[in-house]
Amino acid sequence: MQSQNAGETLQDRMIRLWNASPRFIFLSPSILFVLFLSIFPLVASLYLSMSRIRFVKGGFEITFIGVRNYEKLLSGSQERHFLGKYGEVTPQGYAVLIILVSLMLIMLVRYCLREKIKPYGLIAASAFVVAANRFVPPLVNTLREADVSAEGLGSLYIETFLKLAVGIGIGLYIVNKLDALGVVLRVISILFATRIIWLLIRTMSEGGLNEGGLPGTIGVTMIFAFGGVFFQYIFGLMLAMLVTQNLAGKRFFRIIFLLPMMITPVGIGFLFRMVTNTVLGPIAPLWKFVGLSEVTWAETAFGARTAVMVGDIWQWTPFMFIILLAALEGVSRDQVEASLVDGANSFQIFRYIVLPHILPVSTTLILIRLIEAFKIIDMPQVLTYGGPGTATESTTLHVYNLWRAIDLGTSAALAYLLLIVVTFIALTYVNFFRRRVLENL
Amino acid sequence: MIRQFFIRPNPFAISPARKIFSYSLLIFWTIVTLLPFYWLVVTAFKLPIDVSTGPKYVPYVDYKPDTHAFDDLLFSDVAGNFVTRPYINTIVVASGSSALALLIGSTAAYALTRFEYRPKPGLVLTLALSVGLGAYLYVQGLSMILSGVVAIAVYALIAQTIGRRFKGSLGNSDIAFWLVSQRMLPPVAVIVPIYVMYQNLGLLNTRLGLIVAYTAVNLPLVVWFMRDYFQAIPIELEESAFIDGASQYQVLWRIVMPLAAPGLIATGIIVLIFAWNEYTLALFLTGADTQTMPILVAAQNATRGPQWWSISLLVLMMVAPIVLLSALLERFIASGILLGAVKG
Repeated sequence: MQSQNAGETLQDRMIRLWNASPRFIFLSPSILFVLFLSIFPLVASLYLSMSRIRFVKGGFEITFIGVRNYEKLLSGSQERHFLGKYGEVTPQGYAVLIILVSLMLIMLVRYCLREKIKPYGLIAASAFVVAANRFVPPLVNTLREADVSAEGLGSLYIETFLKLAVGIGIGLYIVNKLDALGVVLRVISILFATRIIWLLIRTMSEGGLNEGGLPGTIGVTMIFAFGGVFFQYIFGLMLAMLVTQNLAGKRFFRIIFLLPMMITPVGIGFLFRMVTNTVLGPIAPLWKFVGLSEVTWAETAFGARTAVMVGDIWQWTPFMFIILLAALEGVSRDQVEASLVDGANSFQIFRYIVLPHILPVSTTLILIRLIEAFKIIDMPQVLTYGGPGTATESTTLHVYNLWRAIDLGTSAALAYLLLIVVTFIALTYVNFFRRRVLENL
Repeated sequence: MIRQFFIRPNPFAISPARKIFSYSLLIFWTIVTLLPFYWLVVTAFKLPIDVSTGPKYVPYVDYKPDTHAFDDLLFSDVAGNFVTRPYINTIVVASGSSALALLIGSTAAYALTRFEYRPKPGLVLTLALSVGLGAYLYVQGLSMILSGVVAIAVYALIAQTIGRRFKGSLGNSDIAFWLVSQRMLPPVAVIVPIYVMYQNLGLLNTRLGLIVAYTAVNLPLVVWFMRDYFQAIPIELEESAFIDGASQYQVLWRIVMPLAAPGLIATGIIVLIFAWNEYTLALFLTGADTQTMPILVAAQNATRGPQWWSISLLVLMMVAPIVLLSALLERFIASGILLGAVKG
């Protein structure tokens, strides 16, 4: 055996390796792709988001400036653009805030009761959260106030991060020992969610929840994402249910309804600029009949947002439709027929047979679309250029505009903030809804 | 008589009233879907004057169709033909990246359903750290060999000392979640470093660079759909093939892939549509030579204002191959997604 090994050529050796380890050869290309095109760029992006990039002769110059780009976005010159203009919160706004926060607290209490969290575990968890709240902001302040030109800024950062890491590590170790990690994570996510809700209450729904507020790009993105996905799901489900009835022409509708998904979103942006034109578009006679032919969609914030959302809904309802259709066709006919014989009405059949069957698919489907919807750029860019003002400017478009203004550092920081928000929303969604759905049904 | 109208002929059918209601809703949505398409087709044959003087619906009745948009885009005396190159770019990039994503993603999905991986988190972290360090040094201008040596040295150092101390290990579902969660990543968050990396590697403004970037974006979708699909395929067939002496590669290629063909086709079409219509990455990574169709469409909004006839024609040219392909493979789309999606 040994002599054979010694005499083998490189080719033989490679073949032997190939045959010996399919499990790694199957998986490693994917891992490499993700590492080199997502993870490392992400790390590099984090560094860029903490730098100022200036173009100088023959290249560019990168200066490390710490959290200043983030500061600019969250409480500086870009604050109104990104987060929006804060209005005076009305009593209704406070009521909504109180209701949502108490709902989250009730969930937390129920979780503690269900998991039988021991009291000292709970105390340790709350001590950890309180300590983090007490110590992290001063640290960030120190960093923020450090002189930009200081040579030691990098080492100051490393020092602070090391201290933070050690502190968090010790805290998490103790909390983990006491089985209270779940509580810590939940409290942190409740704090973050409260922040987002408070931001939305202060900037959105002018006249209802606040006076004089204007949403920033993150709020606009959320309107597009949640509003769009909601209508896409409702329409997709309705169409899928209509088509699954025993009607003739099922295949025809199935092909026709899929068409919008295949147009490039840029094209749809242009297309809906034509279609929503109240004078020259195809439904101009209808507008004239309703008496709205003088109104231009892109003139008001509400109209422009609606136009973008209508385009988005038109394009992505088919995606919901096709997958919900597949799910609905998987509903057992025997079960439906048996319940018909037992005298169940349509609503009961939907509630007790169809809905449980499609709920798991629906949660996944909504999650996919929600994640995709947060990246919306092409539709508003072509349809309204983000206008009027910044009324339809999504966060991704905002990033692109900053990049075009050669403010690369801030654009990287903004992209990072978007990533944090999307990740938080997706993880919260997965934690709350998926398990809830799978447990209850 | 009217009562009859609302009564089901038998318990398993639906009443005529409900049938009419359903059909009217379906037809309404068909119009909603098709009207914009019809508008594209008629606008492609309009002269500028026909667009700007109010809605004209029917060719030859409302207006005289004209092929000037075709002449402008495809047979222009001045600019020549400036659609062919972006069109070929789009075809090459979209089909290349979909095929690559399908190949890599489905083998990974297969491996994740059939083998058991137990990577140590400590080792994974140190590997990521050291490779990241190496890549960072390289981007900063250190030579490739030197940064590689530094990375390997750091990895060996940390992995042999601290890395082994971590207890516990990750499982397949962690790897799958990690791969799939990359879809959450907004492309803008990574585009600047990718741009710099491409510049250093000479991939900027090449088709290969676009193929690689699109593959990375679509990989998570393939893993997501195909993992559920492979889980639903019974393992017994593969086991009997192993007993007959087949290798892992033969089993995957000859037995599993043919069984998973409907899923592969359905996933392939979805991925192809995403790659075909991709805009954000192309916006940053393409130049004059590698311009793709979505960029060309967006560019029609040039100095003279939107060229509606050209835009319509370009969008139609873009959508035609996809529609044809989907119509041909329509039955797979439904049945292929079914297995994966229903398991959720």
